Order: sequence, then C-alpha cells, then structure tokens
Amino acid sequence: MCGIVGLFLKDQSLAPNLGLMLTNMLITMTERGPDSAGIAIYNSVSNENLKLTVQSSNPEVDFGLIKNNLSLMIESSVSVEIKDTHAVLKLSGEKITLARQALAKICPGVRVMSVGEKVEIFKEVGLPREVADRFSISKMSGSHGIGHTRMATESAVTTMGAHPFSTGQDQCLVHNGSLSNHNSLRRKLKRQGVLIETENDTEVGAAYLSYKMQQGSTLEEALESCLKDLDGFFTFVVGTKDGFGVVRDPIACKPAIMAETDQYVAFGSEYRALVDLPKIEDAKVWEPEPATVYFWSH
Amino acid sequence: MQVFDLESNPLRELNATLQLQNSDTNQVNWEVQNPKGRHAIAVGLDAPIEVRVKGSTGYYLGGMNQKAQITVDGSVGPGVAENMMSGTVIVEGDASQYAGATGHGGLLVIKGNASSRCGISMKGIDIVVFGDVGHMSAFMAQSGNLVVCGDVGDALGDSLYEARLFVRGSVKSLGADCMEKEMREEHLDILSNLLKVSGSKAKAEEFRRYGSARKLYNFNIDNAY
Repeated sequence: MCGIVGLFLKDQSLAPNLGLMLTNMLITMTERGPDSAGIAIYNSVSNENLKLTVQSSNPEVDFGLIKNNLSLMIESSVSVEIKDTHAVLKLSGEKITLARQALAKICPGVRVMSVGEKVEIFKEVGLPREVADRFSISKMSGSHGIGHTRMATESAVTTMGAHPFSTGQDQCLVHNGSLSNHNSLRRKLKRQGVLIETENDTEVGAAYLSYKMQQGSTLEEALESCLKDLDGFFTFVVGTKDGFGVVRDPIACKPAIMAETDQYVAFGSEYRALVDLPKIEDAKVWEPEPATVYFWSH
Repeated sequence: MQVFDLESNPLRELNATLQLQNSDTNQVNWEVQNPKGRHAIAVGLDAPIEVRVKGSTGYYLGGMNQKAQITVDGSVGPGVAENMMSGTVIVEGDASQYAGATGHGGLLVIKGNASSRCGISMKGIDIVVFGDVGHMSAFMAQSGNLVVCGDVGDALGDSLYEARLFVRGSVKSLGADCMEKEMREEHLDILSNLLKVSGSKAKAEEFRRYGSARKLYNFNIDNAY
C-alpha cells in the first residue's frame, strides 16, 4: 500500500492554498498507510538564501543550541523557524557546507531533511492529519508539493523511514511499492562511499538517484536507469525545484492517477485523493504509462 | 426512481439496501449520487435492478454482480466488476487495472480505455472495450470473450487457456502461448452479437482473433529455466 499525492500549480493564484489542498489530498489517502506521513513543499525564498530543514528527537535542546551557536560558527546570519520537531534554517547559500559541518559538531543527533532554495520537508510517525497539524502544513503556501503516507513493509516505522527522502538540493522522492534488491544495491552504493542511514528500501532508491546524478546523469536519466537497476515494485514521484516527475515500474501494479486542468497537475494513488480539487469534473484524468518518465515544470 | 446520495448517507447502507432487493422488488431503478471515487460501490447485488452511478468511482465497483445492470457515468478504479457472475456493468469513461478480473459471466462494457491486466483470469465473462487496453490483458484467461476495439499493450493473453480475444487495432506483443487464430463464421457471430449488445459501431470483420497455442497445457522440459 502507501499513498502518494502530488500537486503542481499552473495558476499561481492558488499558491496560498497549496498546503491546505495537499494536506486534504493526503488525509484522503490515510487508509493506504497509517504508519507515518510526510510532505515536501516548495515555496520561494527571497535573496540568495538556502533553506535547511532539520529534524531532532530532542528539539528544545538541539534547536536552542543551533540558535545560540550556528550563526557564530559560520560567521553569517541564520534565521531559525521552529516547527515542532523540525526547524527551517535560512542562511546564505555559500555557507551551506560550513553550516552542515557546524551542525554535526553542535548537535550530532540532528538530521537534515532537506536542503534547497525552495524545498522544505516535514515528516513524522503518525497519521497524515496529525503529522500535517504538527507542522501546520495547511497554512503553507507554495508552487508545488508532494506528500506520502506510509504502510511500512521493508523497514521499521521511524521518522527516518518516513517519506519524502531528499535526493539532492531541492529534490526529493516518495515511493509506493517495495524494492526487492535494496540490500545488494545498498552494499554497492556504500562501497562507492554513499551515506545510507537506515534499512529502508526507499532510502536506497533515493541514494541511488543521488549517486547517479553525482555521476553526471540528469534526474530524468537517473529515473530511466531505475527501470534497469531497481528490482521490485515502484511508483515514484520526485519533487524538483520547478515541478515534479513520475515513473512507474514496467509491471505497474502500484496505482497512479493524474489529473490536469489549466490550473494544476495533480497526482494521487487513487482518484479519491483528487475529488475535492477545483473543477476536477472537467479535468483530463489518466493513468501514467508503465516504464515511462513524466515531468511537469514551470 | 430511488436516489441515494453518498455524501449524506454511508456506503454500507447503500450496499445493504441494494443487496436486500430480490427478483420481486418493484424498486428497479436506482441512482447513486456523489460517488467521489469511493470503493466497492454496488457490490454483491443479486437482483435484476438497474443502478446508475453519477460520477467516477474507486476500487471494485460492481464486484460479484449477479443479474443487475450497473452503469457508471464516469470512470472506475481498479477491479471493476471483479468476479461478476451475471448481469451487465457499463462504464462510460475509462477503467483502471484488472477490469473484469476472474469474472464468471455477464457483460462488462468499457466505453473508454482499460488499463493493464484487463480480463485477468476471466472465467466466462464477456468484456467489450471501446478504446485500448494495457499490458498483460487476459493473463491466464480461462473462458469468455475479450473484445478490444482499439489497441492492446504488451503480453496479450499470456498463459492463456480457452478465452477468445478479439482485437481491432494493433497488438504491441503477444504473451507466452498466445497466438493469432483463424476467424471463422462462428467467431464472427459471437463477435457481432457482443458488439451489438454493447452498442459498439465497430464491424466484426475488422477484428483479428487470438487464442491459446495450447503448448503450456502439459509440462514441457524445454519451458523450464
């Protein structure tokens, strides 16, 4: 099971409602996965700042340490917006490597969920409604976003096993399905020096995409090579800085449905996720073809 | 006509009410409003009633149907008319995966396209698709007729038993043990009748017939890996 939703706005007048629309879509998919939920939202940020979304199991202590020390250590201003167990740090793009090194020193227990100009990833154990409420997702605006609700099969129910997984700057991955060669692929990637933290199959998928792109592939090429190198079932949705992409394995057991109007492109594991979108009755509705990579971007 | 609004009444109540109808009922016309992609609408019916669903549905619409005629003014999710025994299910839009799976009888008409695995393991049902069907359609189909007025995806009729497959458009590839067969008079009769009752304007002469090569019926060591 697992449920995936995605929403890409063509009509930016809907941007203030993106978080609300995406939250409602994800709540509709609760029955497909009650274990954990997560959302990646893309919204613009002014000037040359990057956003670093971090998570801590001890947020009061860790985020206090970050507030007090990070700016001093990187000798540059950092804004810290705390949202429950996550915090969004805004800082100069040039300081990002330094900041990650500093974070590892200040509070080694803090995990980086996402890095990018636009993306923020929030994920936790729990039902979609609870998780979305904890981070006030429905109040967020944005240009596009993806969400996931998990029914765990391949690894434990933990925050780090929840989706979306970051695959690079302003990129993330959600997955419905299960990869059957993730152990051997994890070993191969680890030998190449790729950092993989959990036993989760999707994390391996995300690490694989990151690795391919480090080797020079575009995201589209990396997704194409998934069809060759990943064994098992997958419907993947990837979030990018400008939009999102979809790819399904050649057998295509895992459901996927798309809807497009002049205002938006929407993705859902089921049509139910899409029924409350504006003018859905007039939308073009179709299923993405197996073994075919699709992209929508601004 | 009886009207049931799923926005204000629970789905279980709809199915329980429809399942209570018998051959003597005088409530023969039903309209279901606001399906909004819900699953398992109008399943397990066992009476000659007519049900019209005003919108698109989720999984398993009309599953296990006997005798009823169910029409959907929209598209349907996976497993429409799964294990249908008799009666008719008509979909005005598209159907998702495994439409008509394991159906024993009755007629399933899809006026749009059907997705992958249409008619998987069909056991006597007749399925007419006005548009295209996806990959692995009629996988392990045992009996009945699958009529596709459009094109067919990969691996049509893989591991097929005795179902008849009629295709008007192109076939991307045939599955293991599926082959094109001669279209005889008796097949044209069956096909013409199915096209007529389903309301298709296609001509039987425009179709090709596919069926089992019957090479997988007995164990053959050359088929082992």
